[in-house]
Amino acid sequence: MDLRDTPEEAAFRAELRAWIESNLTDEIRRGRFEEAGREWSGKLYEAGYAGLTWPKQYGGAGAPYSHQAIFLEEMARAEAPPHLGVIGLGMAGPTIIAHGTEAQKGRYLEKILSTEEIWCQGFSEPGAGSDLSAVRTSARLALEGDRFVVDGQKVWSSFAHIADWCILVTRSDPDSDRHAGLTYLLVDMHAPGVEVRPLRQITGEAEFNEIFFTDVEVPVENVVGEIGGGWQVAMTTLLHERGTLGFALTAGLESQIRKLLALAKERGATEVQRDAIAREWIGLQAVRYTNYRSLTTLMKTGIPGPEGSGAKLWWSEANQRVTKLALELLGPEAQLLNGNEQWAGYWQHQQLRSRGNTIEAGTSEILRNIIAERVLGLPRSR
Amino acid sequence: MDFAFTQEQEELRREARAFLEANPDAPLSELRELGWLGVSVPEERGGGGLSFVDEAILYEEAGRALYAGPFLTTAVVLPALPEVDEQAWSAEMDGLVPHLDAVDQVLREDMTVVPAEGETLATVDETRPLGRLELVADNDYPSLDGEWEPVRLRLLGALALEAVGVAQRALELGVEYVSQREQFGKKIGTYQAVSHPLADTYVETELARSLAYWAAWCVAEEDPQAPVAVAAAKAQAAETAVVACERSIQVHGGIGFTWEHVLHRYYKRAQWIDAFGGHAAVHRKVVAAALLD
Repeated sequence: MDLRDTPEEAAFRAELRAWIESNLTDEIRRGRFEEAGREWSGKLYEAGYAGLTWPKQYGGAGAPYSHQAIFLEEMARAEAPPHLGVIGLGMAGPTIIAHGTEAQKGRYLEKILSTEEIWCQGFSEPGAGSDLSAVRTSARLALEGDRFVVDGQKVWSSFAHIADWCILVTRSDPDSDRHAGLTYLLVDMHAPGVEVRPLRQITGEAEFNEIFFTDVEVPVENVVGEIGGGWQVAMTTLLHERGTLGFALTAGLESQIRKLLALAKERGATEVQRDAIAREWIGLQAVRYTNYRSLTTLMKTGIPGPEGSGAKLWWSEANQRVTKLALELLGPEAQLLNGNEQWAGYWQHQQLRSRGNTIEAGTSEILRNIIAERVLGLPRSR
Repeated sequence: MDFAFTQEQEELRREARAFLEANPDAPLSELRELGWLGVSVPEERGGGGLSFVDEAILYEEAGRALYAGPFLTTAVVLPALPEVDEQAWSAEMDGLVPHLDAVDQVLREDMTVVPAEGETLATVDETRPLGRLELVADNDYPSLDGEWEPVRLRLLGALALEAVGVAQRALELGVEYVSQREQFGKKIGTYQAVSHPLADTYVETELARSLAYWAAWCVAEEDPQAPVAVAAAKAQAAETAVVACERSIQVHGGIGFTWEHVLHRYYKRAQWIDAFGGHAAVHRKVVAAALLD
């Protein structure tokens, strides 16, 4: 056990920190989401920081997972904007690497790394949220057998309004039920019949979208895995979504708590509030070191340790408490959108946004089921 | 970054678990024969020449087995002595001495060493009695060289580790019970109102474990973060152990409320750990001061 960076990790961290220092300009930091995001993502790619843990043969750096953890920590520390290609890098890419054909790997992977093509995720539907196996978006194989025709509706897709491609879970066998008869498709978002509508959320902004598919033609070579074997492929995607998430979330919480401490110092805090702040800081250290334990197991065995399964569950609830605590520190001014010049609506927005944290990427209820059944081995609830 | 125990350390854990499960009331002398006292003391002073991280495994396993003897108090004092001795030790905090009736010597915060004489008081946790020292006025008690702070850090850090063991066992008992108990024709573990609190206990226990190991590593390395890490670990682990026992009692239903079931012993130990050396809020105050002042 040694909780310090190894000399090799320390060198990577120092080099990365120096790179961020000279490349993360104020224009990028304060720029508009898409433009600044594209510029930043391009720089990351050129410097070799995109796809750090991807195998070298697919254009990645083939670096150990510890580098990815350090990367996420340093990005959060520098308050760098998110990489625009997160869905491609974290979900679509690893799924194509695991289940895709050589042709698919050649066609898509490099453009994911370079952010030349942006990806979105078409999993949830109005009638299929936590229960993904209830998807109804249909993919009918055309008579010629060379293409699917897709009809249906997806919801809660981030990046869909700027995306070029979509990883789409469809029902290809209309007589099938639940996990059988699903097919995983790569769909061109510019194809005729694809319509994206922004979904205005609790914060007033539209971070997510609805996607409508009307007679959208998708060539059969865009099937990932087997026709009818989409469930297993989708599980690979979700494993990657939840697997690589812990460090990103913890790094985000760390930066949130750093801001909370600044706010508390600036506004003053009661004894009760100081206790609550200490509690959240302790929780942050706990989840951070739990991620390190899970990471150590991942690096030694190739499978993350089970202890990491609680990271998203804990983070989501902690972020809700932390943002509410910030509003409490602001006092009655918390109801003024621009009552406080320095924070200018930041905490109000963060607090409302945090309500989504316990719903997106697996609701807390589903995550507790997973821990109960797969980690603790309790009998299945359904 | 390497946050795992070595194979040798895992082997020590297996040995400790097997022995303590079978012998939760073993006399301290048997643990000494196994080489578990003075593990973190350098060999030239009669110790095992390992670190507090190795010793951490023993504290955790002693908690999991609810070991009854003065192992923890002796082990945290031994590194403060010029040489490991054969006596049983305890330390005084807030005027209270754990296992006063079962030890030979007591180390006080001013580093004086006092014979273990005084009144043993009735305690909620019968396996961990507390006493008050009877001090002779104007007696020139000998004192140890060195400072109290490392002793305090080892003591609180060890309690955090013990709390993790307690929480772990309370969770295991809950999982075992709800996996076999049936009501309304189903295993009660299938009901989410029953399984979700146990899932929360799992998450919280793993978080507390990470803090306790982090604190143990800081103590072993004499890291400047040690006081804050120990405060964080003691606060979180003790509260986690208390809540873990409460949830386990709840999912056990009536049987969990009986004297014959072992759970109340774990619950009482958890509350003992939470109280000794200050409840969680006392330690969070230390953390808050480090962060905000």
